Amino acid sequence: MKITMHGAATALALGLAVLAAPPAMAQSKDTLTLGFTLEPPHLDPSAGAAGAIDATVYANLFEGLTRIDENGAVQPQLATSWTVSDDGLVYTFKLKNGVTFHDGTTFDADDVVFSLDRARAEDSVNAQKQLFAAIDKVEAVDPGTVRITLSRPEGALLFNLGWGDAVIVAPESADNNKVSPIGTGPYKFDRWVKGDRVKLVAVDPARQIQSVNFRFIPDPSAQIAALRAGDIDAITNLNAPEAVIAFQADPNFEVSIGSTEGETILAMNNTRPPLTDIRVRRAIAHAIDRQAIVDGAMFGFGTPIGSHFAPHHPAYVDLVATYPHDTAKARALLAESGQSDLKLTLKLPPPTYARRGGEIIASQLKDAGIAVEIIPVEWAQWLEQVFRGTNYDMTIVSHTEPMDIGIYARDKYYFNYDSPALKAVMDKLNATSDPNTRNALLGEAQKIVTGDSVNAFMFQLARLGVWRKGLKGMWRNAPVQATDVTGVRWE
Amino acid sequence: MSDVATSLQADRWSRAMRHPNFLIGAVLTGLLAAFALLSLVWTPHPFDAVAISERMQGPSAAHWLGTDHFGRDIATRLMIGARNSIVVGVVAVGIGMLVGVTLGVLAAARSGWIDEIVTRGSDVVFAFPAIVSAILITAIFGPGAVNAIIAIGIFNIPVFARVSRGAARQVWGLEYTRAGLAIGKSKAAVTRDHVLPNIASVLIVQATIQFAVAILAEAALAYLGLGTQPPAPSWGRMLFDAQTFMILDPKLAVLPGLAIALAVLGLNLLGDGLRDVLDPRLRAERIG
Repeated sequence: MKITMHGAATALALGLAVLAAPPAMAQSKDTLTLGFTLEPPHLDPSAGAAGAIDATVYANLFEGLTRIDENGAVQPQLATSWTVSDDGLVYTFKLKNGVTFHDGTTFDADDVVFSLDRARAEDSVNAQKQLFAAIDKVEAVDPGTVRITLSRPEGALLFNLGWGDAVIVAPESADNNKVSPIGTGPYKFDRWVKGDRVKLVAVDPARQIQSVNFRFIPDPSAQIAALRAGDIDAITNLNAPEAVIAFQADPNFEVSIGSTEGETILAMNNTRPPLTDIRVRRAIAHAIDRQAIVDGAMFGFGTPIGSHFAPHHPAYVDLVATYPHDTAKARALLAESGQSDLKLTLKLPPPTYARRGGEIIASQLKDAGIAVEIIPVEWAQWLEQVFRGTNYDMTIVSHTEPMDIGIYARDKYYFNYDSPALKAVMDKLNATSDPNTRNALLGEAQKIVTGDSVNAFMFQLARLGVWRKGLKGMWRNAPVQATDVTGVRWE
Repeated sequence: MSDVATSLQADRWSRAMRHPNFLIGAVLTGLLAAFALLSLVWTPHPFDAVAISERMQGPSAAHWLGTDHFGRDIATRLMIGARNSIVVGVVAVGIGMLVGVTLGVLAAARSGWIDEIVTRGSDVVFAFPAIVSAILITAIFGPGAVNAIIAIGIFNIPVFARVSRGAARQVWGLEYTRAGLAIGKSKAAVTRDHVLPNIASVLIVQATIQFAVAILAEAALAYLGLGTQPPAPSWGRMLFDAQTFMILDPKLAVLPGLAIALAVLGLNLLGDGLRDVLDPRLRAERIG
């Protein structure tokens, strides 16, 4: 009888202890769990365009010769230093010593040659082959030195080599990187539970954070619930801006409002009548109220833009005032172009900025006399119908690659814009390495794109990060689509 | 004959008036219908007039139930949502009744292999939960109000097929249907003249209940993004949009939630009440 009593009392005490433990204590401090909206299709950043791949493995698992830091600056990584010839055509990189891949093979100059040759090969599946367009040849001078020779000056080479698409892989493991990635980073691949999480573990047992879980939670409300319940420690980019307000008032969480490279645009199909008429495209630009879209769709988080360029970049030219919100002007332009009873479709991919922004734009265009039919689509349909098929009138999407105004000079890119003037400027830019001249050319490109009103430029997407208090070293901005946890620690 | 009919009517009427469930259900359903009808000719505001500066306001003279996260008038959107729900209910139940009752009475009249096919076919469709079938259909044919209505209509078919087959078989077992056949009427004629009128009350009750189920299903589909597409308002869609705003402004979720709950409650009470008022067996028990 006495024993039973004791047992009951102990059980009760234990039960109370469990109940009393705050959720933060339940999470041991050597793990980090991050919540993401999108799951990567595979884990090889050199073979896919999906940003979710880089968000998982960039800097954590795979490293390049250079890396891009939180502020968008180029830092040494596998290359410790480099020299550039006077004509800007020969780059010589000194490589880090004593680096091994996660499978134990050593890293040397041959791996660099292999990786860059593989990425720029004719049959390469690299999604950003233009990054390597200027490279003529890559040679191993000795195991610790690599020489890259260019066919023309490329001002952005060091930045380009810092992209996830330019990471260094080993010939022994490169073919399997999609499912079991082998890199040189401080974290190695542990497992991938499809539809749930990717787990990375630290190579160095002395690291404070020993395992990092990337959890995939598509629904923003479920993400918020998981963060509140302590199931995840951080969301790097919350898809529900309105929830940020509540987190800002909560002492257990830290909210970080940064910027991304995401120019959020109302893209238009420039070869589909009546959008072929510049007056119609300008009318649409005048009809939209950017600040109302930022306020209504993003709860005020985001900066209005006037061209396809990030406001935090030194080459940015403020063109927001080119097409001020003016419904009467929009109507006048439409009348001038002879359009009446204009009906357009608007295909919206799943993110909040698109779905909510689309409803607001539909209402604003209606005020200007344009009837808009909203068609919500999933990402797969969007890629198929809009991006590849260019079967659309208008769509809303955020272009999150850094410095991507060059897409307007590409042939058959999905807005079907073709401008010899812009192509000439971009050609000049590619051949220029002087930073001031480059910035001036980039400014010119912005003015051409805005002048032609190719798309209606809306706002620069904000990066809304929320994490548990005590987590330090998370990125505020997203100059590349990365979740670099190598500098993250618990305090 | 007319005396009997009159007394039957009067009896039903007095029973209805003494039936609180029936009364509450009738009032709630009446309100739903009234708001939906009113929205055809008049709403306080245009349903898609976005005004970001006026978002998430509380109730006021201009906006009786306040505004949503885009500054749109919630009362207007609820009224049009009611219309949307009623259209879904009427068409979906209509599809279910038309096809289901036809199959059901056919099965009862012909029995044999037709009966087997109808019964087993219904069993197969029944084996899938209604909402899962609806999701399947909208996934194949694409999201949208029309496809949602058809999907809900299809899963109504076996419900009505079963109910009408069971009730019709009972009627076929009674003397007057045999008598009808004996005087040379065709089975179709007997079905039309005797079977259908006698199973009508059962069908009306079932239709009321299915109406509520259809409203719930449409809300669920819209919530999942498979039903009515924005900017057209729908109660389920309003609930979905409100999810992440719950902490900031609970009324965005409470109001459409309440609308769905009241409409479904009203229709269920009405269905219950109608069964009590119309069901001849209950009447027989009472007389006995």
